[in-house]
Amino acid sequence: MSDRRYMRVATHMPPGHVRTPAYLRGKVGWVERTLGPFPNPEELAYGVTAAKLRLMRVRFTMAEVWGPDAEHPDDTIDAEIYAHWLSPTDAPHAT
Amino acid sequence: MPHDHHDHLSPSGHPYRPDDDHPLTYWQQMEIAIREILIEKGVTTAAEINAQIDAMDARSPANGAAVVARAWTEPAFRDDLLRDASAASASMGFDIGPMKLIAVENTADVHNVIVCTLCSCYPRNLLGLPPDWYKSRAYRSRTVKEPRKVLAEFGVDLPDHVTVRVHDSTADMRYIVVPARPDGTDGWSADQLAALVTRDSMIGTGLPKDPGAIAQTPR
Repeated sequence: MSDRRYMRVATHMPPGHVRTPAYLRGKVGWVERTLGPFPNPEELAYGVTAAKLRLMRVRFTMAEVWGPDAEHPDDTIDAEIYAHWLSPTDAPHAT
Repeated sequence: MPHDHHDHLSPSGHPYRPDDDHPLTYWQQMEIAIREILIEKGVTTAAEINAQIDAMDARSPANGAAVVARAWTEPAFRDDLLRDASAASASMGFDIGPMKLIAVENTADVHNVIVCTLCSCYPRNLLGLPPDWYKSRAYRSRTVKEPRKVLAEFGVDLPDHVTVRVHDSTADMRYIVVPARPDGTDGWSADQLAALVTRDSMIGTGLPKDPGAIAQTPR
């Protein structure tokens, strides 16, 4: 679908209280809905003033996340990812 | 006797379970110390802490079942629930607190299942305390990788044409599944329907009970 807003999850692995699961880093999904803004948990966890950020519910296909190992390629995983982890991108090539 | 090691068995023939005697962990000591300091300084009282524990223990899947049964019987409430589950459940007296709630609906084509891969986020206000398996590494890691196999182990076998949507509760939202209303329940009241809604059906690892197996009181 052409009206989907695709996002790629950043690949970095910073230390600390991070709510972006490692298995989704570098993966491309589309925005299912936008939530928040909520205080950034990476700052909140350390008691410092937390900037409010948009929280995106991003939907990934199993094919995108697990590649040929996917149990059922069209099944999906939705996860909440804070905006500073996401950058707009094109749709992944069809698998 | 079928058992060889009599010394290790109770009179009923079962092995003794070792006592859970071990020193307090670092974090257990920390919790006790903080709690005692808060009480000593008058920030809170032991009675308030006990009341909060009672309130947490009093929450049960019956709360969530009441929400689901109302969604099944009142289309306008169902729409409100899917649009803003925090507000809809608060309107029934189930305050979700600072966390926000999202309700996801199972249909003939979609089956939803909830997991928290990072820890054990769970909609406690609607479902009470999470079951131990929900917090296990096996459930948390396998549900995002092979949800159909996990669901089959729970007795939920899904045909290929049904899309599985896994919801990883990674940040501020909590999730409840609205299972599909079972066939054969036309005319049932919300209270009768709520008796079909199990905890697991609201996590997505189960289905509602079979209405035929529930004895209905005459209406």
